[in-house]
Amino acid sequence: MATSTEARKPPLQLVAKLRRVLGGQAGWSGFVLQIVFVAALVWIGYEIVENARSNLAAQKIASGFGFLSNTAGFAVSQALIPYSESDTYLQVFFVGLVNTLVVSLIGIFFATIIGFIVGLGRMSPNWLLARIAGGYVELIRNLPLLFQILFWYLAVLATLPQPRQSISLLDSFFLSNRGFGLPKPIGTEAFTAFAVAVIVAIIAALVLRVYARQQLFAKGRVIAVWPATLGLLVGLPLLTALVLGTPVTFEYPVLRGFNFSGGLRVLPEFVALTLALSTYTAAFIAEIVRAGVQSVHKGQSEAGASLGLSRGATLRLIVVPQAMRVILPPLTNQYLNLTKNSSLAVAIGYPDLVSVFAGTTMSQTGQAIEIIAITMAVYLVISLVTSAIMSAYGWRISRSMGA
Amino acid sequence: MSNTSFVARELVAERAAPVRSTGFVGFVQTRLLNSPTNILLTVVSLLLLWFTIAPTVKFLLIDAVWQGQDRTACLPENVGHAVGACWPFVQAKFTQFIYGFYPEPERWRVNLTFLLGALLLLPLLIPRLPAKSVNAGLFFLAFPVVAFFLLYGGGINGFGISWAADFLSTVAVHITEIGRRLRSMGLLSDIAVFGDLLRLIGNGIVAFGDGLQLVALPFDWLRNEGVNRGEPVWFELAATTITVSLLVFLSNGHVRNGWRALASTIFIFIGVAAVIALLRLDRGGLPIVDTRLWGGLLVTLVVSITGIVTSMPVGIALALGRRSTIPLIRLFSIAFIEFWRGVPLITVLFFATYMLPLFLPGNFTVDGLVRALIGIALFAGAYNAEVIRGGLQAIPRGQAEAASALGLSWWKTTRLVVMPQALRHVIPGLVNSFIALLKDTSLVSIVALFDLLGQLRASFADPNWSTPTTLFTGFAFTGIMYFVMCFGISRYSLFVEHRLNVHRRS
Repeated sequence: MATSTEARKPPLQLVAKLRRVLGGQAGWSGFVLQIVFVAALVWIGYEIVENARSNLAAQKIASGFGFLSNTAGFAVSQALIPYSESDTYLQVFFVGLVNTLVVSLIGIFFATIIGFIVGLGRMSPNWLLARIAGGYVELIRNLPLLFQILFWYLAVLATLPQPRQSISLLDSFFLSNRGFGLPKPIGTEAFTAFAVAVIVAIIAALVLRVYARQQLFAKGRVIAVWPATLGLLVGLPLLTALVLGTPVTFEYPVLRGFNFSGGLRVLPEFVALTLALSTYTAAFIAEIVRAGVQSVHKGQSEAGASLGLSRGATLRLIVVPQAMRVILPPLTNQYLNLTKNSSLAVAIGYPDLVSVFAGTTMSQTGQAIEIIAITMAVYLVISLVTSAIMSAYGWRISRSMGA
Repeated sequence: MSNTSFVARELVAERAAPVRSTGFVGFVQTRLLNSPTNILLTVVSLLLLWFTIAPTVKFLLIDAVWQGQDRTACLPENVGHAVGACWPFVQAKFTQFIYGFYPEPERWRVNLTFLLGALLLLPLLIPRLPAKSVNAGLFFLAFPVVAFFLLYGGGINGFGISWAADFLSTVAVHITEIGRRLRSMGLLSDIAVFGDLLRLIGNGIVAFGDGLQLVALPFDWLRNEGVNRGEPVWFELAATTITVSLLVFLSNGHVRNGWRALASTIFIFIGVAAVIALLRLDRGGLPIVDTRLWGGLLVTLVVSITGIVTSMPVGIALALGRRSTIPLIRLFSIAFIEFWRGVPLITVLFFATYMLPLFLPGNFTVDGLVRALIGIALFAGAYNAEVIRGGLQAIPRGQAEAASALGLSWWKTTRLVVMPQALRHVIPGLVNSFIALLKDTSLVSIVALFDLLGQLRASFADPNWSTPTTLFTGFAFTGIMYFVMCFGISRYSLFVEHRLNVHRRS
């Protein structure tokens, strides 16, 4: 009965490799499964293309991207790049894209600030403050974003007083139901020199910082950087301004007739959207910040204190970098969410990408497939680029911490 | 001999008593006023509260108007003081907020559906009650079907046999068509080998289609038999019952262990028969209420519950696909998930509303509500997939290895060992995505479906109720409804999480 101990022949290497490549761990059955799967996908794809072609033919819509060079012929209430009604749909697309990016960036800026304040407030030793911050988070997170956008737009901003009775601050900022008016900076001839001075100051400060750090590591010399940095950042631009004159003058909004003229006017739609987006996302960021800070073990800050570091230095050098590691990935997600949520602008008519392109342009041209494909592609690219940037940053952090 | 001992000569001074940390006074002293910064923070917080809570309470309760017929009741000049919430507005619009434009005489159907849903859902949520699997089956499988026929109305002309016959013959026709095209392309091709290959594949596909057609034949014959006998629905139901029961009986170990499965199958079919008889589905059923008339809370609940129920299988399938070892399936799942997660829901809804009809055959129209539902299911499915994948990753490999050592197949391992544990791990994450879904359903109001929020907006257009505070009242009411739903779900999920983690707390 000693036959079974005989060594078995090894399987053919080539066949095993092929099996592995074609079917993964599941082997030949995986290979067959893949073929069936691909066949089903191809069949579905074929049906979709065929149906789309015949439906478009029945509706007499020519497919393709030729419509992008047609004249749009409609006005857009906020265009940060040159645009007129005689421009093409392609230009409309860029106008919408810029508006989306602007509202997202400003929303991200405010959401981060509010989010960190609320998140730190939730951890405050003060009982009342912690409860208020908690209440804010619960309230905001449990109401739909669209609800909040409509609330700010319809209930709050639309019921603000007329421009004549607008709420004004220092006679230069005006809040009315027509939006938010503020002084518009206009560059003079000295502006270029001023800008150059600012850039030079920033570069010099960065170089100084690198130098100080190198000195610290190489020779153990501590150089106080901040006085020089402050001097550079304030002094250099100030000096240029003194020598060459003021770099910017302001044009103030003035009430003429029923509305303001001059100055910068921020659309009420923009105000409502930014408000809603930033307060909504802030509630999520607050929870992320709290989770991040609480993930740093108490012993870490105790160790910092026992080394004689001040409370601020402990926070800055020990707690925050470690918390950042936990905070960063979900924070990226929130930034992405905010960008994607800015598409709700279509509900209140802020001219973002979805509103002017997937809304007005689509209803004018009927090119649903192309337009929705482009719109989706834009958001996909934004998502991928943002997460790439953030993961690069996260990678840097984790590398600098040796983990 | 040095004197190293130390004896205190005088008494140590008394230390101050520790600050009391219990009771109200102690609480205030330690948590609110223990340092100058904290005192400042407390004052700021109190001011914040004073400027937010006080006006809200004043608006909602103290200054509110409770009775009235139209806008004049809520005007400050008629009331005599500053007017807060105009509750008569909510009373007048209440039925719209709940039912939309669902016809008045048919509203009992909506109420009945709500009631049925609540009756099935509540016992599911209370852990102590028995018969969870029957309950879950009823809620997740039977209730949607019943709810559909209750809410939408209409009947059925055939049962399983007709559906199978229709499905098979449609698929067969399409597949044969593709095969023919490939064959003709192969005949026209200039490159000999390529043309031959195409022809070969085309012939194969045509043969496969013909085979399907053959399979469809007996179903067709049975259907005709039923129509000839005059009671097609009942005939087909009986035939389907017999076929399915036999299959179940045989596949579950026939004479030895199959009885239990047979009994439950027959029981299910009796339930189906009862529903058909009760709703008279074989005679056209209830009058049809078009989904364009649906609205308010009804649509919100329909969209979110359908979204939750349909996105779960999508999510599980995608999560398994993403962890699959089969390269193409993994690749497809990753691409699919990343695509849906990378785009905003509103573009998904636009996609479903404007693009989907173009992709379907011209004679095949899909209801607007269903289109939105498809988009939402795909969108939520991609998000659920990532949550579930997290749970799958948390299951140690040893579990699957132990299962395969016991001789369980991959499917059984997944269904009995891995998936239940994974889902238990990710309950909080799933609940989060359900809350997100419930909130996101408000977006359907952008594609012309009147959910709760859409109905609210529509109600603002009524000039009979335009008062200075109508807007705020409407938002307050809807906000409270959304808040109660979302907050309730999140608290319930905390409760479940605690219960499931009992074994882990020590």
